[in-house]
Amino acid sequence: MFLRLVYESFRRQKRRKMLAGAAITLGVTVATAMIAVATDIGDKINRELRTIGANLIVTPQEDTLDVEIGGVNLKPPSDGAFLDEADLPKIKGTFWHNNITGFAPMLPVNVAIEQDGKRQETTIEGTYFAKPLAFGKEAFTTGVRSTHPWWKVAGAWPEDNSRDVLLGERLAFRLGKKCGDEVTLAGRQLRVSGILSAGGAEDDQVVAPLSLAQEILGKPGAVRRVYVSALTKPEDALARRDPKSMSGPIYDRWYCSPYPQSIAYQLAEAIPRSHAEQIRQVAQNEGAVLTRIEGLIFLITLAALLASALAVSAAMATAMFERRGEVGLMKALGAGRLAVASVFFAEAALLALIGGVVGFGAGAVLARQIGRSIFNSQISIQPVLLPVILAIAVIVTFAGSAAAIRRAVGLDPVFALRGEL
Amino acid sequence: MSAPTSHAAGDLAASRAKSPHISMLLRMLVRAAILRRGRAVSALFAMVVAAAVATAMLNLYVDVQAKLRREFRNYGANIILVGKDGASLPADALAHVDSVLAGRGIAAPFGLIVARTGNGQPIVVAGTDFNRVRQLDRWWSVSNWPISTLGQAQGELTGATDAREMGHPALIGVRAMATVAPKNQAFDLSFQGHTLHVEPAGTVQTGAAEDSRIYVSLADFMAWTGVQPSTIEVGANGSPEEVAAIMNQMAQTIPAAEVRPVRQIMEGEARVLGKTRATLLAAAALIIMTAALCVLSTLMGWVYDRRRDFAIMKALGASGRVLNGFFAAEAAALGASGALIGFLVGIGIAAWIGRVNFHAPVVPRFSVLPVVLAGSIVVTLVSAILPISLLRRVQPAVILRGE
Repeated sequence: MFLRLVYESFRRQKRRKMLAGAAITLGVTVATAMIAVATDIGDKINRELRTIGANLIVTPQEDTLDVEIGGVNLKPPSDGAFLDEADLPKIKGTFWHNNITGFAPMLPVNVAIEQDGKRQETTIEGTYFAKPLAFGKEAFTTGVRSTHPWWKVAGAWPEDNSRDVLLGERLAFRLGKKCGDEVTLAGRQLRVSGILSAGGAEDDQVVAPLSLAQEILGKPGAVRRVYVSALTKPEDALARRDPKSMSGPIYDRWYCSPYPQSIAYQLAEAIPRSHAEQIRQVAQNEGAVLTRIEGLIFLITLAALLASALAVSAAMATAMFERRGEVGLMKALGAGRLAVASVFFAEAALLALIGGVVGFGAGAVLARQIGRSIFNSQISIQPVLLPVILAIAVIVTFAGSAAAIRRAVGLDPVFALRGEL
Repeated sequence: MSAPTSHAAGDLAASRAKSPHISMLLRMLVRAAILRRGRAVSALFAMVVAAAVATAMLNLYVDVQAKLRREFRNYGANIILVGKDGASLPADALAHVDSVLAGRGIAAPFGLIVARTGNGQPIVVAGTDFNRVRQLDRWWSVSNWPISTLGQAQGELTGATDAREMGHPALIGVRAMATVAPKNQAFDLSFQGHTLHVEPAGTVQTGAAEDSRIYVSLADFMAWTGVQPSTIEVGANGSPEEVAAIMNQMAQTIPAAEVRPVRQIMEGEARVLGKTRATLLAAAALIIMTAALCVLSTLMGWVYDRRRDFAIMKALGASGRVLNGFFAAEAAALGASGALIGFLVGIGIAAWIGRVNFHAPVVPRFSVLPVVLAGSIVVTLVSAILPISLLRRVQPAVILRGE
């Protein structure tokens, strides 16, 4: 009898059920999409913040002081220590290798450019552009094109194994060179494949494949410093502690959190005789911006949950209010308060489950659309969320209909049947 | 409906003589609101919530850019001025920069030279204004700034004479510290035959070039080397257009300087702000839509519930125009009052979010009010007119019989 009542109610009152179901579906859709966006926004914004540049730097441990003004290195070229290029792929072997979005080695070499018989001192910066590397079985491509996304090249980027170079735009202007011209650098004829606009010291320099800079310096495999771009977590009190003073479990927690400090620590471990640290300008501010945006989206998600809960409750209250007559009839036929209430609650639960499942699917699609249109990447949704969302949907639906059901059940059947309040 | 009291009936007769339609309409509106208090309050509540959420979202959407820009200013300079062709900047360049900025940012001058330490090692020494650097480059991790907190302006002027006996206070990069003053002792720097006795006041760590440098005050630097600052770093606030305007103005006022944007910071900022705003817009659209639907379903239920009032009015001879007018006026009044209350609540929510998340209040945007008001009235009108137009086709007798 109970089942039949519920079944018949769904069969006969399709329009009303559709309306209430639509409200629940919509509410769940919005809630699911917002939760998905909120859980993923940190990662997405973190990736956007990587466009500001590398946040970690690896230098040789025994390095001498840099004597550098405005991008011109005044240190004797052979002075100081170097890292070994062969060690670089080990960066991808660290604990947080999945968080490392790219790295670029740098080797500045002072050279003379000969132009119409005149010599001009400049710096040639050897680096990777988009170099394919492999660590173990993992193959990846890295270089300045991913770590320095604000570098703009008019012309073509050089190949990493070529002898082509990029000329900084101010240097190119002074030399009167353009794409495809030849320059004489350290006695070598090199082709200019593009003009680089970087908005920094590189505009006065020459950027070349690393192997070419090593050849000019005469030190194969030498790298002066490595810029590493990593997705990090905003630093907190634990992050700032000195790893040497930590006890076992705390050290493990610190080591296994993607703080800038712990990733730097792991980089220094991976590369022999190196020193790694955060570039504070990037790393520190990144944390601040990320915390703000995450906080904002979290608060807005709360607002979205509230709004959708209210919409569902309102729809359910209205739907219940319209069915006073039915309640009166049931009570007149001798149904107890419990029996009446349980029929309506069963209907509400069923509606909530159906609406919840449909809404969850729609919300997942919506979240993907938002991810694709705003961030050009997927926002994936964890299936773990489904039971949570369903539970919330059922609770909200119950809460919305509870007041109306209680009033309907408390009514005198005579008034209810006559259609009076 | 309860029978009107005799007093009310007298009022009715008196007012009907003057303006029958308007007073009757007002009376019906007020009585309807009072008699069905519970339903009216719940409809109003839905309206207030929707308007509040909409106001808060729109307010945040307008304000978040300014808030996040401020966070991005912590990245330091977004404009750099250098002397053309490697020359120093004119002595009045900083004053010009300050007048162009007019409080819309902060500028710090830097003079750079290569000096030699006691054992002949080259090292970069920079002269700068510590007070300005402290505000501009907040990511610098400094153990102790070489400035007194009191009388900062005079400190620079008198520092050159007072500090002579005890050495000139300097900020030493952590890597430079290990080389030149491992025991935190005072040391000498020489530049073109002139010596500067330097007293380490603190260390600076940034992870970049600053770590290998020594920073002294600009007054000490100029007295020692006779070199004018060659670079001014500017952190300018505002939208990309405003920053571009500031750059243009600087290039015009200081023709000897080359004004460059720090593209790295500007582009990153634009990207992150754009994405955040887009996300916020999507969220706002979703939330406002949900809130509007909540109002719609509540109000439609409310109006539908009153089909008996409707039928009685119709049976008593009210024309379709009067009926529409009545329900529309009721809906509009509800929408307007709900929007006004909701606006105030929403401003409160936005201010709270601003305080909690950005540690700064979100300024109330009254430009949002007309939008929220118009939106609320439209939603309420739609939700009133829709059920009415359905009911219009039905005979009053059918409704009154309860079918």
